[in-house]
Amino acid sequence: MKWEVVIGLETHAQLSTAAKIFSGASTAFGAAPNTQASAVDIALPGVLPVLNRGAVERAIRFGLAVGATISPRSVFARKNYFYPDLPKGYQISQYEIPVVQGGALTIATAEGEKVVRLTRAHLEEDAGKSLHEDFHGMTGIDLNRAGTPLLEIVSEPDMRSSDEAVAYAKQLHALVQWVGICDGNMQEGSFRCDANVSVRPAGTTELGTRCEIKNLNSFRFMQEAIDFEVRRQIELLEDGGRVVQETRLYDPDRHETRSMRSKEDAQDYRYFPDPDLPPLVIDRNWISRIEESMPELPAAMQARFAEQYLLYPEDCTALTVSRATALYFTRTMEELAKVPGVPYSSQGHDATNGKTVANWVINEIGALLNHHQTDIANAPISPQHLAELIAHTDRFKGTVSHKSAKEVLTAMWAGEGGPDAIIAAKGLAQISDTGAIEKIVADVLAANPAIVAEVNAGKEKAFNALVGKVMAASKGKANPAQVNAILKQKLS
Amino acid sequence: MTDVTAGSLAQVAAALRAKQLSSVELTRAVLARVDRAQGALNAFVTVDAEGALAQARSADAALAKGDAPALAGVPIAHKDVIMTAGLPTTCGSRMLANFTAPYDAFVVEGLRNAGTVLIGKTNMDEFAMGSSNETSYFGAVRNPWNTEYVPGGSSGGSAAAVSARLLPGSTGTDTGGSIRQPASLSGICGMKPTYGVCSRYGLVAFASSLDTPGMFARTAEDCGLMLNAMAGHDARDSTSLDRPREDYTRSLVEPLQGLRIGLPAEYFGSGIDPDVAAAIDAALAEFRRLGATTVDITLPNVNLSVPVYYVIAPAEASSNLSRFDGVRYGHRAEKYTDLMDMYKKSRAEGFGAEVKRRILVGTYVLSHGYYDAYYLKAQQVRRLIADDFRHAYERCDVIMGPTAPAPAFRIGAKTDDPVQMYLNDIFTIAGNLTGAPAMSIPCGFDRRGLPIGLQVQANYFDEARILNIAHQFQLATDWHARAPSMDI
Repeated sequence: MKWEVVIGLETHAQLSTAAKIFSGASTAFGAAPNTQASAVDIALPGVLPVLNRGAVERAIRFGLAVGATISPRSVFARKNYFYPDLPKGYQISQYEIPVVQGGALTIATAEGEKVVRLTRAHLEEDAGKSLHEDFHGMTGIDLNRAGTPLLEIVSEPDMRSSDEAVAYAKQLHALVQWVGICDGNMQEGSFRCDANVSVRPAGTTELGTRCEIKNLNSFRFMQEAIDFEVRRQIELLEDGGRVVQETRLYDPDRHETRSMRSKEDAQDYRYFPDPDLPPLVIDRNWISRIEESMPELPAAMQARFAEQYLLYPEDCTALTVSRATALYFTRTMEELAKVPGVPYSSQGHDATNGKTVANWVINEIGALLNHHQTDIANAPISPQHLAELIAHTDRFKGTVSHKSAKEVLTAMWAGEGGPDAIIAAKGLAQISDTGAIEKIVADVLAANPAIVAEVNAGKEKAFNALVGKVMAASKGKANPAQVNAILKQKLS
Repeated sequence: MTDVTAGSLAQVAAALRAKQLSSVELTRAVLARVDRAQGALNAFVTVDAEGALAQARSADAALAKGDAPALAGVPIAHKDVIMTAGLPTTCGSRMLANFTAPYDAFVVEGLRNAGTVLIGKTNMDEFAMGSSNETSYFGAVRNPWNTEYVPGGSSGGSAAAVSARLLPGSTGTDTGGSIRQPASLSGICGMKPTYGVCSRYGLVAFASSLDTPGMFARTAEDCGLMLNAMAGHDARDSTSLDRPREDYTRSLVEPLQGLRIGLPAEYFGSGIDPDVAAAIDAALAEFRRLGATTVDITLPNVNLSVPVYYVIAPAEASSNLSRFDGVRYGHRAEKYTDLMDMYKKSRAEGFGAEVKRRILVGTYVLSHGYYDAYYLKAQQVRRLIADDFRHAYERCDVIMGPTAPAPAFRIGAKTDDPVQMYLNDIFTIAGNLTGAPAMSIPCGFDRRGLPIGLQVQANYFDEARILNIAHQFQLATDWHARAPSMDI
């Protein structure tokens, strides 16, 4: 039988507020245990939650970015359960009325673009951490993370493969960073996904019994876990068994999911509206102010790059992989236009300049980022220096060869200074002075009469040998195009 | 009153300002009275003699300099559900028997800033759950009018302390009547302001949507003076209201001419003790003499107050009390096998029977499949009750009736029948469900000499009006001036 895979994702994005969602304590990662836990976070008697509007603003930004409805009135609810790292004995979350409803994300798949619908996104607080390893026979509790603001983003079960699930997760990961609501740091747990996976006979519409897979803290694990889970469920069904609804944990060391708790063990969370927090009311003016502060979204920017610079779609996608990359590209464009002698946009050179800069950013800078395992925000080469270097290449002033330009780029990465200084220090400037080249050509022709004779006899290889001699005599600095032209002229 | 140290709050404040006595002298006298009465009343859980004297000395210094705040040197006590920095805050429970509060509640800050001297923390029903002050881990509080009787609850210690003239004012909290009912049973004034007027910050939560800090004193004027110090907006409580400051004593002296008093049929039916009914009738006659008129009104849904309350309050309590899990503070069982065992033993040992009963009820009504039938339905009825009052206030300015259906009962008389105990709050609960202000004022005694209270309810933010009405009544009567004849 042919099976169809059905996947929905629940993502917890940690919102990038300085303070927690219901207290003034810091959200900074990595502090000594319990040094960032206020009276509210440790749930002392008598303390009360006060909503951080910065968290709400970020939820609104997300809602606007995915074309969702921002609820004019949403409600915080208590999710009650006992656990030592949940100090109040309940988590404040949103249940019946979330702040963000609906919306969609467009992802690229093997079959082209696909729209993944979002169910909702709601605000909630994170729990603390239980530390089982560090204390023999005891459990340590670190409440620094307790009360950290989270946006839980729930998708519809619209994905049909692990590839699509990963594409969705990556797209979402890029988007939350793009709109500035989450730092996206998966190692520190700022972006965590749970996957709901089920299978059904291809062509049917009823959903199969699903399992929820937790602990997918990298895209690779997500892919592996979903693939494993799909195989497990299909094998189970084909052997005449049935899937039990349960929560499963992915074990990255053993590349498998294993049962954590079944639906029968599911707790009754006894949700009810939190009487300590009035309903969250968001008026139109607040949304309008946030709308005004929204950055251009990746899709819009891709369309603009394609139209303005005539870039290929894949280049547009590569340049908008992050807001930092897009900013790097656009700033390099601006800087390039400032370099004297470079034709700039208003003269109708957008396409030429755009393609050249796009190539440098995507390929050359991209290779260095890859090699040094860092991201563009940390690149030690400023857009200004990159623009100045590009201006020296054949496309513009022709001061340096493409090969030398790459050498300059590497030196700039190493902190050796700006392109002008490096070209001078390394003597990488091409000889483009016609007189100087003519003199070298004359010397080479005089010293190599045999080769000249071969050229005159029609041997093309001999011409190339002469070019090589001229280049060697110039220590590689002569402009090859000019050398070619002058040699041809002298030999004709 | 010959002994100025046992005077009303306004009287001792004036005497201190006039330097007829020092705050240290007053505090010593109060501490001695508190000490002498403790055996008979058990009104206090903690007495902070050292701290009180230190505060009295600074009050005296401020009074000497002439820049003393309004209530400088006036001794008060806080109900032990209210956090007081550096002092135990037990909530009358074994769970918090060894818990020291690390910060001051908003109302504690307010009264501290007003210059009051904190004598100690008063006994109460465990976690404010009770109407007789018999559920305290620290033992029952006794009624100063007859120590065989309960003082009412849950703020029984605060009520008994003021009733016995140990000190002129104290704080309480009112979730279903926990200020007004003990005020009534102890023969003093007790007021629950509008929900949100006094911040709940630092109040150990019982039922968050109902909990209201308030005060006990012997006169309406004293209640107003205390409320002036306790009210205000507090950013640390999201349900605290941001309103302009007001002087709650500003209209005390206004005459009652033209006042329309609503008398709900539901408050005057059967089930009311005949002595209570007679005392209320006499009080209403007094108000008519003062120029008021009475209007018969009806509150069709108010009889549902008790069942609605006993869904909503336990539901919120079951969640609010989850933080007492033995993990970070409070009682933890000595021996346990695993986490679940620790939770179970710590909570089984830390909480008393009434608290457990309400946690069980609350957990049940919030459970999957029951939520709509109980909690949601109760919230809907709660709105209907609020509508009843809204309609009633189109025809009257205030609503009056008995605070409690009967005077104080004997200690132990109702401990085996929780429903009978719950019915003590039948007239007070609606005020918590709506959030509107209400006050109990002394209006007589029954044939055994036990006090009877009149409840004055008014529309939102009409505290000054209630105090005006109570003050005018107290100018015309002397019920509030009668003191129990305790030998302290």
